[in-house]
Amino acid sequence: MQRLVEPPASLALDALAFSAGGQSIVKPVTLVLPLSGRTLILGPNGAGKSTLLQLIHGMLPPDHGSVAVRQPGAADRPVGAHELGFVLQRPVMLARSVLENVTHALAVRGVARAERESRARHVLAGVGLAALASRPAPRLSGGEQQRLAMARVMAADPACLLLDEPTAHLDPGATASIERLLRDWSTAGTGFVMSTHDLAQARRLADQIIFMHRGEVIEFGPANRFFASPATEIGARFLAGDILE
Amino acid sequence: MNDLAATFPMVADLLSGRQPGLWAIVGLSLKVSALATLVASVLALPLAAVIALFDFRGRNLLIAVLNALMGLPAVVVGLLVYLLLSRAGPLGPLGILFTPSAMVIAQAILVLPLVTALARQILEDSLRELGPYLRSLKASRAHLVLTVLAETRLSLLTALLAGFGRAAAEVGAVMIVGGNIEGVTRTMTTAIALETSKGDLALALSLGFILIAVVLAVNACAQWLRVRAHATLG
Amino acid sequence: MNAGNRPHAARRLIAVTLILATSGGPMATVAQPLSRTAESADASHIVMASTTSTEQSGLFTHVLPRFTAKTGIQVRVVALGTGQAISVASRGDADLLFVHDKVAEEKFVADGFGLARRDVMYNDFVVVGPASDPARLSGVRDVVRALGQIAQGRHPFLSRGDRSGTHAAELRYWKDAGVDPKASAGAWYRETGSGMGPTLNIAAAMNAHALTDRGTWLNFRNRGELKVLVEGDERLFNQYGVIVVNPARHPHVKLKQAQAFADWIVSSEGQQAIADYRIGGEALFFPNAKR
Repeated sequence: MQRLVEPPASLALDALAFSAGGQSIVKPVTLVLPLSGRTLILGPNGAGKSTLLQLIHGMLPPDHGSVAVRQPGAADRPVGAHELGFVLQRPVMLARSVLENVTHALAVRGVARAERESRARHVLAGVGLAALASRPAPRLSGGEQQRLAMARVMAADPACLLLDEPTAHLDPGATASIERLLRDWSTAGTGFVMSTHDLAQARRLADQIIFMHRGEVIEFGPANRFFASPATEIGARFLAGDILE
Repeated sequence: MNDLAATFPMVADLLSGRQPGLWAIVGLSLKVSALATLVASVLALPLAAVIALFDFRGRNLLIAVLNALMGLPAVVVGLLVYLLLSRAGPLGPLGILFTPSAMVIAQAILVLPLVTALARQILEDSLRELGPYLRSLKASRAHLVLTVLAETRLSLLTALLAGFGRAAAEVGAVMIVGGNIEGVTRTMTTAIALETSKGDLALALSLGFILIAVVLAVNACAQWLRVRAHATLG
Repeated sequence: MNAGNRPHAARRLIAVTLILATSGGPMATVAQPLSRTAESADASHIVMASTTSTEQSGLFTHVLPRFTAKTGIQVRVVALGTGQAISVASRGDADLLFVHDKVAEEKFVADGFGLARRDVMYNDFVVVGPASDPARLSGVRDVVRALGQIAQGRHPFLSRGDRSGTHAAELRYWKDAGVDPKASAGAWYRETGSGMGPTLNIAAAMNAHALTDRGTWLNFRNRGELKVLVEGDERLFNQYGVIVVNPARHPHVKLKQAQAFADWIVSSEGQQAIADYRIGGEALFFPNAKR
């Protein structure tokens, strides 16, 4: 699958919003995210981080608003079906081998049969799972499963990754390898938008921060600016470690 | 107690092959119940998939009806199928009453709600687990169905085995639509009923033990499959 | 992918499933190969509705193969209670009726369900009861008197209560004895609503009296303490008749083959086959077809 975008392309969110049961889960969000950047979504539980990620990906249709790919010198266009990869908080393993999990993901995304195995092995090598290619995926450790989940989405060569608290249930060693992969990939041109409530992780990884509270984007901007001097009181309280209700 | 004591040598005698009719009876029982389970599954699996995958008006009612039908007494199913297949009935011209075909149909109807209910549960559980992941891949409906079916194939097999167990153990339906004709429609269960009514309890018990052995073997297979399914899932 | 947004696809799949479900024809065709193992051509078998007591006596296993050897026609016996056998035959689900209830059989013919009825053989009933003989039936040959004694002493008696030929005969004897056993139903008189075998099973367990055909009794292995107490009364004789189902009523009936059997069973060959069926040297059935 050919990468359809060249840097410095970005994702333009326009008044993206979602509500359920009369409650507004995500209030209209309008901002522009670089596709090869490292964006972290911060905020307390229930702030709407997961929902925003799913809206950006398209697996959850918004009530209104849209997402488009913006490239300089060209008109905005809709996001391609497989341009964005999504990694769930808890990886879902298919009851088959590590390799077959990846080839399945490629098959679902329409990759020709002849190409699947080689691409799968290539990406598995990239995440350090080449030796486990024939192991049943459900028998992998938590960290290995999450790396497999990332391999599955990377195999299709997406323009950007969306990750929903991917290291929330992993030990420090596994977390470190995931973060290493994300950094390497973003340097190579595939950036990510990732939610977390681990402030330290955000400090390590982010170049941009989206700070959310109660469904609203409270702050958006360069990470060092947010951490050094947040623009809002609530942002400051969050950084100070207060519980935001 | 005398009957029980007489049973073990009788089972050995039966199994030794000196009673030629026995293997025909065992074979017919297995063939009828296996074919009935297959026929039922051809209908049950798509039906279960539709119920598991789609939301539609009357879905909950359909689920309730199917669950209720699981409790259908076999003899009632037999009577209904008899009336259907009787010469005086709508499908009379087919001329299949009192043949193994009628027995297959009756058992298939009996087993259909059970296999549907079990398969639906299996598919729904799998869907709940795989759904978010496959949505994240933007999988088409076809891929969703294929993936769920592939992931659940061992569990679905246990649903089929449960259906087979129900069919192999019943007597009410096959007795009425088959007629328990010697050499033609006599199965293990109808043979047991016959020998019991003749007062030959030792023979009936012996046949019963053989039937139990068959059902146990089937259940052992199902259990082994379940264990394997869980093993691969970690 | 929201399932709720695709009701049309759902309806289509349901329609397909329902169509599959109502296609009984294809199902029957799939199941057809099973029947082939039992017979090669449609014409080589006929279905005969008869009674459980007759089949359990073993008569058919002895007699029918001789007919098949001679004509190549397989006779498939569906053994039921007399009432059910007549019902099956009147629905056209059998080609022949072979039961032992002359009154019901003549009605069957009169109502147009059967061609002529012909006598074939008779067997007899016996009254069985506890070896201790509490009703003092020993030496009593008159069945009506015997039943009267049972009723008077309120000794336990089990009836089939299932509209069978045996049951019908039993009711006639009670009537002749001037007893209404139903009035004592649940006390000393109990109806099992089942066949001869199960009824004898219960009688053996309860050490009670019962009326049974000799054939079932000779084959019955679970006697407990029961033995034959009353036999030989002419009224205990049980007449069998054979009737071919009327093709005018049910055109699909295999008239030629069914008629071949009816003719054979009353012929000297068939009658001889009946006569030489014995259990422990004893004959069960006495051929009495009119020439």
